Amino acid sequence: MKKCMLGKKIGMTQVFTEDGNMVPVTVISAGPVAVVQKKTVEIDGYNALKVGYEDVPAKKLNKPLKGQFEKAKVPAKRYLREFRLDDISGFEVGSVIKVEDMFADGDKVDVTGISKGKGFQGTVKRFGTGRGRMSHGSGYHRGLGSMGAHSDPSRVFKGKVMPGHMGAERVTVQNLTVVKVDAERGLLLVKGAVPGPKGGLLMIKDSVKAKA
Amino acid sequence: MDNIIRALEQEGMKKDLPNLKIGDFVKVNVKVKEGNRERIQSFEGTIIAMRGSGIRKTVTVRRVSYGIGVERVFPVHSPKVDSFEIIRRGKARRAKLYYLRERVGKRARLKEDLATAID
Repeated sequence: MKKCMLGKKIGMTQVFTEDGNMVPVTVISAGPVAVVQKKTVEIDGYNALKVGYEDVPAKKLNKPLKGQFEKAKVPAKRYLREFRLDDISGFEVGSVIKVEDMFADGDKVDVTGISKGKGFQGTVKRFGTGRGRMSHGSGYHRGLGSMGAHSDPSRVFKGKVMPGHMGAERVTVQNLTVVKVDAERGLLLVKGAVPGPKGGLLMIKDSVKAKA
Repeated sequence: MDNIIRALEQEGMKKDLPNLKIGDFVKVNVKVKEGNRERIQSFEGTIIAMRGSGIRKTVTVRRVSYGIGVERVFPVHSPKVDSFEIIRRGKARRAKLYYLRERVGKRARLKEDLATAID
């Protein structure tokens, strides 16, 4: 991984390309992020960058968090996230990274967020299982089907799909194209949908699938 | 809607659009690419539906061509749509004129709206 950025989902819209094709895009208010800590192989065993995003009054943070920002001489931030990067030599603790420093039009990125919570859901919505017919007295509509065979194995196999909590989990969407980087307003336009509600925190990294 | 998205959409939107209304008989000039050449093809018909707002706005234009009803949906702000010309205003009493689909011939006409000025 070479690039990293934090941002907030603003919403979706469309843009037209020069040849007139319509592209669905998600608008992300990305950065600027401040480098709070550099983790190195010598000290921590791996290379990583710890960055903070979005200013917050210092009184809102507890002492351990405040200490980290004071050490890095960075104003207090709401979010702290760590990214494992191959090469961190180009970054200084306390420096500020903007979107345009990291990404350019046409880049491929992976976007991670927390998906919208769906609550307690059945197997039809949660796993896409089929349902029974709604009419003709079937009496079986959206149930979870068979639990398995009878006396052999006399138990329910692990992994049997059952109702439960859905959504509100970490989801990564891979290989999205950066349609536009708006340096002036600090916006990142990414083709397609990204996880989470509007205002949700997003982690943007360069794509693991894209060939360099 | 979010102000940032609204501002973003404003940039890509056409400023010189005529005030399109439901029921208008319009001529839509569409850019068609043939090989390397680009020419303009026009499509005439009645606006029977408009949907979306901002840069996502589309209009549905209906015409009857050789006895076959043809409807085309145009994204208003698309670069492929060159321009709109309002030929005459029609009187429409609802937002979607889907009832025209069931009508043929003289019954499929709209009364002309002379009160609303073109542009």
